[in-house]
Amino acid sequence: MKAPHLTARVCFANYAALMVLLALTALAARAPLGAWKAPVSLGIAAAKMALVFIFFMQLRYQRGLVRVFALAGFFWLGIVLTLMFADYLTRGWLP
Amino acid sequence: MSNTLTHPAASPYSDREQHAVANHLGMWTFIATEILFFGGLFASYSLYRWAYPAAFVTGSKHLEFWIGTLNTGVLLTSSLFMALADLAVRAGRRGALRWSLLATWLLGALFLGLKFYEYHLAAKEGHVPGAHFRLEVPQAPQVELFMFLYFAMTGLHAAHMIIGLGAIAWLLWLNHRRRLGADHDAPVSMVALYWHFVDCVWIFLYPLLYLVR
Repeated sequence: MKAPHLTARVCFANYAALMVLLALTALAARAPLGAWKAPVSLGIAAAKMALVFIFFMQLRYQRGLVRVFALAGFFWLGIVLTLMFADYLTRGWLP
Repeated sequence: MSNTLTHPAASPYSDREQHAVANHLGMWTFIATEILFFGGLFASYSLYRWAYPAAFVTGSKHLEFWIGTLNTGVLLTSSLFMALADLAVRAGRRGALRWSLLATWLLGALFLGLKFYEYHLAAKEGHVPGAHFRLEVPQAPQVELFMFLYFAMTGLHAAHMIIGLGAIAWLLWLNHRRRLGADHDAPVSMVALYWHFVDCVWIFLYPLLYLVR
């Protein structure tokens, strides 16, 4: 029996979901969300990226080792951002 | 029986599946370096948006919202066709592979056309940082900084798109020479990963640049 793999149907369903999220994010930019604007638009972007990674880039159908490699870049980027903001956010703390 | 691919003296791979996994690990390692490459600019952006939130709103409002939104749709559609190309090569369907690669290429070219048109509009209205910057807004230096990040990030992305278009043209040529098929699909799969990643970069650039309110 063939291992689970990407199919045309999944491609089209994924595409539909991505377009819905795009419409949502464009609308959200004009909605009165106040302080929630940035988290909402970035959250939707993260969801779109997750859909592309999981389905179009087929991480859904790959083994765990490949998925670890795929996420590694974000781990290191997290280190960059953490150390950078740890510097800037604490600059006023000492006299 | 062993063949040129599986004979131990001829290949470091134990079987076809392991070879495919090795290809993926290598490609994802490269994508990790790309995440950090773009990540540097994203880090700069994060810092200055944290420091100058109002100026970033002003800058974002001076971008072409509808071109940016349309371009996002164009790239998502190109990813759909690239995914279909991946399916086609693994099914050995050369005709389907050709038109899906062509569609991907044309949508990528459309994206770049719209992008350069946008740059042209920005230049006309004095948004380009440097000697010709002429936006009369509060916090103009910080808005100029936003514009610098806009051109740097979308410019780096556009360079990646141009490379991607070259890679797809190469795949079209390979297909024309009948060098792609169910048992030789790695070029398509790997270029597809690259293309989808470049799409993901834009997926993040879009809200960060166009939707700051």
